[in-house]
Amino acid sequence: MAAAAELMLLEKSLGLSKENKYSAQGERQIPVLQTNSGPSLTGLTTIAAHLVRQANKEYLLGSTPEEKAVVQQWLEYRVTHVDGQSGKDDVRTLLKDLNLYLEDKVYLTGYNFTLADILLYYGLHRFIVDLTVQEKEKYLNVSRWFCHIQHYPGIRQHLPSVVFIKNRLYTNSH
Amino acid sequence: MRLFVSEGAPGALPVLAAASRARERAELLISTVGPEECVVPFLSGPKIPVLQLDSGNYLFSTSAICSRYFFLLSGWEQDDLTNQWLEWEAVELQPVLSAALYYLVIQGKKGEDVLCPVRKALTHIDHSLSRQSCPFLTGETESLADIVLWGALYPLLQDPAYLPEELGALCSWFQMLSTQEPCQQAAETVLKQQGALALRPYLQKQPQPRPREGKSVSNEPEEEELTTLSEEEIAMAVTAWEKGLGGLPPLRPQKNPVLPVAGEKNVLITSALPYVNNVPHLGNIIGCVLSADVFARYSRLRQWNTLYLCGTDEYGTATETKAMEEGLTPQEICDKYHVIHADIYRWFNISFDIFGRTTTQQQTEITQDIFQRLLARGFVLQDTVEQLRCEHCARFLADRFVEGVCPFCGYEEARGDQCDKCGKLINAIELKKPQCKVCRSPPVVKSSQHLFLDLPKLENLLETWLEKVLASSDWTPNARFIIRSWLRDGLKPRCITRDLKWGTPVPLEGFEDKVFYVWFDATIGYLSITANYTDQWERWWKNPEQVDLYQFMAKDNVPFHGLVFPCSALGTEDNYTLVSHLIATEYLNYEDGKFSKSRGVGVFGDMAQDTGIPADIWRFYLLYIRPEGQDSAFSWTDMLLKNNSELLNNLGNFINRAGMFVSKFFGGYVPEMVLTLDDQRLLAHVTLELQHYHQLLEKVRIRDALRSILTISRHGNQYIQVNEPWKWIKGSEADRQRAGTVTGLAVNIAALLSVMLQPYMPTVSATIQDQLQLPPPACSVLPTNFLCTLPAGHQIGTVSPLFQKLENDQIESLRQRFGGGQAKASPKPAVVETVITVGPQQIQVLMDEVTKQGNIVRELKAQKADNNQVAAEVAKLLELKKQLALAEGKPLDPPKGKKKK
Repeated sequence: MAAAAELMLLEKSLGLSKENKYSAQGERQIPVLQTNSGPSLTGLTTIAAHLVRQANKEYLLGSTPEEKAVVQQWLEYRVTHVDGQSGKDDVRTLLKDLNLYLEDKVYLTGYNFTLADILLYYGLHRFIVDLTVQEKEKYLNVSRWFCHIQHYPGIRQHLPSVVFIKNRLYTNSH
Repeated sequence: MRLFVSEGAPGALPVLAAASRARERAELLISTVGPEECVVPFLSGPKIPVLQLDSGNYLFSTSAICSRYFFLLSGWEQDDLTNQWLEWEAVELQPVLSAALYYLVIQGKKGEDVLCPVRKALTHIDHSLSRQSCPFLTGETESLADIVLWGALYPLLQDPAYLPEELGALCSWFQMLSTQEPCQQAAETVLKQQGALALRPYLQKQPQPRPREGKSVSNEPEEEELTTLSEEEIAMAVTAWEKGLGGLPPLRPQKNPVLPVAGEKNVLITSALPYVNNVPHLGNIIGCVLSADVFARYSRLRQWNTLYLCGTDEYGTATETKAMEEGLTPQEICDKYHVIHADIYRWFNISFDIFGRTTTQQQTEITQDIFQRLLARGFVLQDTVEQLRCEHCARFLADRFVEGVCPFCGYEEARGDQCDKCGKLINAIELKKPQCKVCRSPPVVKSSQHLFLDLPKLENLLETWLEKVLASSDWTPNARFIIRSWLRDGLKPRCITRDLKWGTPVPLEGFEDKVFYVWFDATIGYLSITANYTDQWERWWKNPEQVDLYQFMAKDNVPFHGLVFPCSALGTEDNYTLVSHLIATEYLNYEDGKFSKSRGVGVFGDMAQDTGIPADIWRFYLLYIRPEGQDSAFSWTDMLLKNNSELLNNLGNFINRAGMFVSKFFGGYVPEMVLTLDDQRLLAHVTLELQHYHQLLEKVRIRDALRSILTISRHGNQYIQVNEPWKWIKGSEADRQRAGTVTGLAVNIAALLSVMLQPYMPTVSATIQDQLQLPPPACSVLPTNFLCTLPAGHQIGTVSPLFQKLENDQIESLRQRFGGGQAKASPKPAVVETVITVGPQQIQVLMDEVTKQGNIVRELKAQKADNNQVAAEVAKLLELKKQLALAEGKPLDPPKGKKKK
């Protein structure tokens, strides 16, 4: 999904009207937002955080200093570790780590839904749709979290809904 | 809270600085772990530094840890600009920075090799700082972004050698932060006063950084952003446009000879003198003559008083040796090869005012004069030199005829004068395991009297001059770097004489059988070549107040132009004109390797014409990939791509359509133009891009300026596409007028492009101007504004396509022809087998081989030679015949002589 398209999804889920114009820069097509009130903004997470503030939904960026730092960390993780990833092994490592991390968490910060969940959901979507039933079961915590986010009101929009099976098929693999 | 760090992990720098800034440093428990220890339970790989929060959660991102501290500061809000810097740091800066540090600390690389990957990022920071003219990244006060970026950059930039002084804003920002207490303490703790080497224990456990895909050799342009225009800019562009031809500055009359004029901008341009007995390859051509040509043509378009000169460097051992090989005198060799050079440059349409040579009387006079003045002022030393002599060849070996192991880096094939690997200059006798390059026998050391230029004594003069010139002029970063590192290592006396015959004689008793070493007198060649052009040469060369000297070269030539010649000239106290702008390119590679004459790899000047591809296409592509700032590579596929996409589909398509609409819809006459606000906005965009082009070329950023041309043409194509004049033309009177305006504006943009294109593609430029019948005054001057040079009612000529498509099979056969491996078919069958593509020449060679081998066999049989021997020769013959049959079975067509219209 192109970054501009993703940002437009985000706009919609935040309830913003479509007035922002996006362009893309460089061979990696880094998104640029032309703002009315100053210089343009460059970068997916930068623009996303800007949109969140524009929509007056600052709570999506975290509430305590620690939570804010955690949100920021996963946003950075999204652009440094999820984007540009293509090798099967790299994706497997990514999912394995996330699976372990999410073991005792509902959302990335723990108990609060934040921008980090939204952007990681958008970023991982292309990998998750390709997972086999067995792999989805292997990354059980990721699957649980992903399924939860895609049902969060207004987030998924036109993206294909990924089907997860609730009962275990491969009991031996655990 | 517990912070996990590891010895030498650079991430601890910004974290410690941020913690002490938030006065939290004391609360922090610090645990030192090994670089491979996995602290974060859920991450597969090690990650350092890590902050374990009181909640039990982990922060493993350096900037997230830093921002946690900043969030604690009251009143601090994370704003867009900070976020943008942090994201940029993580995505853009970190990958290139870790590569640079890895090269420096682990691989022991130095200089440009280290700086190259990060240069773009450093420039980005510098530009941002200087554009907003605030001391800090996000404004008047220090922010999280400053701490994070400072911490990331500190290990590299704390070494002054890697803090590019031309990036003034970056330097002062960096130095200001480095002196602050929290930063100083953090630096002390992490680097322990060992500089970047302190990172070694950490970096050596890291995988070697992979350069980002497609980033290692960058031929790709940055995507251009459409800037927003102010009303004022639009109004100014419209006013300028309306002036039309009247807005052109007056033409300066052509004079012969060209001489400096007081009160005018006098531009003297030189390109490095090619060595006469080498046929230049594409890399040589783009490095000096072609780059200088673009600038010279641009300079003339600006109506600056311009003299562009070059010539062949003819003295030296290599010429003597070549003469022996070919059984000619050195002078005959020079005469023969000088013509070859001149022909190649003529074919490439290089607009020299003079293309001279160094073997002239003037060269002797000027060199001897400079020498005498240096001698009289005590800048010449005399000493005995240990020199290598090959007893087998019975001569002293010139540096380039000795090969051995580099005493600095251990490279096996270092030459006697310079090591190709580490770039250091070598004294031939310091080479380990020296060998005579001709006969491979080890030479002996003999002593001989020689003269030296006392560079240490001249160093003060040089530094005073450099300080002045570097502050105000455009030396390329690599040139600055090379000169700086030479000065840092300290100058040593350099020998300026040689035991040779073919050179400028030394006018001193006891030295009658010696000549000046080429590196002393080759740069004087520029002066003598000018002296051969006009007897008033001193008006150019002893006139530093009025003359701006631009010297173009590849980076290996920088020491001679930026250091040795200035030292000689300053020592004479004769007011010589010294280089104000030293423009050095990096290297151009061929496909994935190097050009190699001996292996027959790569395209050489004389072969380019045989490809059937017009000179202007070569010029375009070479300039498009000009190794500006970093090495780049010539690639056949890329050349095809750029020709077909940029020239054919973008530039050619636009200019042709604009012209065709005038011919088809308006009978060849430019229609009336009534500009709407949208048209005016386009006008302003084109003007802006034109001014950008000027700014870039004034700074000799040749490759970037070419992008501006293509951008304008892209705007033009889009404009036609959106406004669809072919539909309006069929409508009402008002509709037809709209079609006229669009066509008229488009054809005027085409006219502007033809002038902007002139430095790059002179023939194509002339063709366009002929097709459009552009008035002569508009052809030879490029103003800073976009003017309407084709007013309503102007009649254009016949329009036809400008470029030819390059086909895949054509390029594929060229690639194979120049790919190397089959330069000469060897008589050994094993080698012949590797021949993949065979042209008519190879078939001829094979036929000759078959005949020759046939004779050998017949002779042996006639002599009734030993059966085994005969059988062996017969086998060879059969193999050759098989090769020949194979070759003739599927001969490839030579590339078609496609010519552009």
